[in-house]
Amino acid sequence: MRNKTSRSARRSGRRGPLASIVLIALGLAATGGAYVAFSSVSATASIDLSSPAVIDEGSKLFAANCATCHGMQAQGTANGPSLIGVGSAAVDFQVGTGRMPMQAQGPQALKKPVQFTAEQTSALAAYVSSLAPGPSIPTQTQLENGNVSNGGELFRINCAMCHNVAGAGGALTEGKFAPVLKGVAAVHVYEAMLTGPQNMPVFNDLNLTPDEKKDIIAYLAYNEANPSPGGLELGSLGPVSEGLFLWIFGLGSIVALTVWITAKSN
Amino acid sequence: MSTVATNQQTGFVGKASNYLDERTSISGAVKEFGRKIFPDHWSFLLGEVALYSFVIILLSGSFLTFFFQASMDVVTYTGSYVPLKGIEMSAAMSSTLDISFDLRGGLLMRQIHHWAALLFVAAIGLHMLRVFFTGAFRKPRELNWSIGFVLFVLAMAEGFTGYSLPDDLLSGNGLRIIDGMVNAVPVVGTWITFLLFGGEFPGSDIVGRLYTLHILLLPAILLIFIVLHLMFVIIHKHTQYPGPGKTENNVVGFPILPVYAAKAGGFFFIVFGVVALMASLVTINPIWVYGPYDPSPVSAGTQPDWYIGFADGALRLIPPHLETVWLGYVWSWNILIPILILLVFLAAVFAYPFIEAWVTGDKREHHLLDRPRNAPARTAIGAAGVTFYAVLWAAASSDIIATHFKVTMEGVINTLQILLILGPIIAFAVTKRVCLALQKKDRTMALHGFETGRIVRMPGGEYIEVHQQLDEYDRWKLVSFNDNAPLMLRPNPKGKITGGMRARARLSRWFFEDRIAPVTPTEHALELEQSHH
Repeated sequence: MRNKTSRSARRSGRRGPLASIVLIALGLAATGGAYVAFSSVSATASIDLSSPAVIDEGSKLFAANCATCHGMQAQGTANGPSLIGVGSAAVDFQVGTGRMPMQAQGPQALKKPVQFTAEQTSALAAYVSSLAPGPSIPTQTQLENGNVSNGGELFRINCAMCHNVAGAGGALTEGKFAPVLKGVAAVHVYEAMLTGPQNMPVFNDLNLTPDEKKDIIAYLAYNEANPSPGGLELGSLGPVSEGLFLWIFGLGSIVALTVWITAKSN
Repeated sequence: MSTVATNQQTGFVGKASNYLDERTSISGAVKEFGRKIFPDHWSFLLGEVALYSFVIILLSGSFLTFFFQASMDVVTYTGSYVPLKGIEMSAAMSSTLDISFDLRGGLLMRQIHHWAALLFVAAIGLHMLRVFFTGAFRKPRELNWSIGFVLFVLAMAEGFTGYSLPDDLLSGNGLRIIDGMVNAVPVVGTWITFLLFGGEFPGSDIVGRLYTLHILLLPAILLIFIVLHLMFVIIHKHTQYPGPGKTENNVVGFPILPVYAAKAGGFFFIVFGVVALMASLVTINPIWVYGPYDPSPVSAGTQPDWYIGFADGALRLIPPHLETVWLGYVWSWNILIPILILLVFLAAVFAYPFIEAWVTGDKREHHLLDRPRNAPARTAIGAAGVTFYAVLWAAASSDIIATHFKVTMEGVINTLQILLILGPIIAFAVTKRVCLALQKKDRTMALHGFETGRIVRMPGGEYIEVHQQLDEYDRWKLVSFNDNAPLMLRPNPKGKITGGMRARARLSRWFFEDRIAPVTPTEHALELEQSHH
């Protein structure tokens, strides 16, 4: 293959043998870079949620995508709850994680690829928060510089019974579950505590103060940034995955070795 | 050989051994022990794996005792693990964290200790299954089965006391369950837990007490029973699988010295290597994630180590609301019934060799193992037992099954509840049928030989497939097994038939009524003669 390329290069005398590879690499880098730049711009785009134009845009989006279940005035129907007073935080969480619009009625709305752009999500949030006051999307300063060890203790007391002590998720009744917390954006964690989505209870600011919420976020971020010092985490599921690993890989390899040791040479 | 050993030894080894022998007469023991024969089969090494894991546990455990503080005094953690800095915890937890993060090689030792412990119990379990399904527990080895059973229970106790020591959240949750189970015992339960924990749970004594059990009492008893277990293996000689030249009166294999000792010694390092590999690559019991024990939080997905799982499963499967108030006490049947089921199950495991010996009335010594198919009733009982255990075991991870297979928790629990009853029955029936079918196949093979795939057209137009007789070596394995018949119900010397005798005869019939008799030499000769005509 390489021989052929170099031969043809010599013949035409126009391109070096590695030119096509370099071109592809450049193309990929450009596309990827542009994508990253675009998505990070759209994620940090700040939109004035109180501007009438944005609210109007949100109202149209709402009528087209949400009203079937939540009602034309967000007053709620038999298929979905009222959204009056849920605030922009609830919208940003539900739409921003892809849970809304819901794909199908079920025990709880599942996380899926996000359906709206950041601007559209903000517009929806602006519309819903214009209906009645409610919890609003936290600012960046509300999410940073928490106390990790205090956060750990608060997490164990308030969150671990459903989300698991390592945030690996856990089962609830009737097919509901507390999702895995790895990979969840800090802003969504904050909003979840504030608004209590799906089957989660609300942790209002009297229950967990904004500083305590910040600590919990710092603890989760620490765990995500620092993998287990002991090696593979096996999904952080504790003794069940340890036992499975031991029986399948530990004892499995031991048995294979016993067979090898006692095998008769042919 | 002995003449060589007694005189004219040259070189350091020779002189040293001569020196020893003249003072201890050890050569007799070495000769006797060294010439013991061990048959070679992979499944005979499972007990050795357990033994080696125990040695690894002893070595790594001794290291850990140098640094662990078995105390529940409250201290403030100041070690190097950031998310727990400044948190109050017991000295036990704090010292375990120090072993993990601030002691060179400490975390590796902890992980070696814990992985070896999991392997220890698993190897014992697999070893027990091998012994059960091959009938190695039959006379004269019933007592050694009992000793092995005690070792199994001791290993579980060692495991439980061990993982309760660090006083982390998970271990405290486990102790809380034990506390609850003891509390459920009528009348004396409350008194016993107060005695155990030195007051209201969790108290401040339990870690110290478990430590004494874990590093002193239980290992001492374990060691005694291991020595007994191995002594019996030597006294009884090792069992062997049926095969050409293997009889009830010989042992075919390698002598301990030098072949087997070299293999076994090398195997120790292989097992150590596997454990060390696991311990260096895979986290086990990350107490730093669980945090210090505090009675209020319980994490989702809280499970015991695998060998206690079946007990946890029993508690999860029992239907709720089984409580009665009687004589001023609450009788928590939802706890007492699982405890009872577990005790009955363990008792059945312990007693099985004696029960089978009584039912079959077999008083012969057995040194040749059964192929599992040749004891259909026993193999089926074993399969039922394994299924029962496996369902309880699976139930311990019901919540993790629910989240990972995207099913409802109630669905998992209800399915397992049904399986706990139906599973063993189905497993029994299917296994017995499979065994009988395999026996039938063996019988056909022994009688007619195997199908060659060569189709021959006879002069009359008939097509037949040519069968070729097995050679004598291959046939040996297929025909040499015990033919057990149901016991006849005969009056005893007093001329009476007691209820016990009736029960025994009924059980014996249940055991042996479906059976395939082994091919006898005359039968085979007759068959050969017929096929020639």
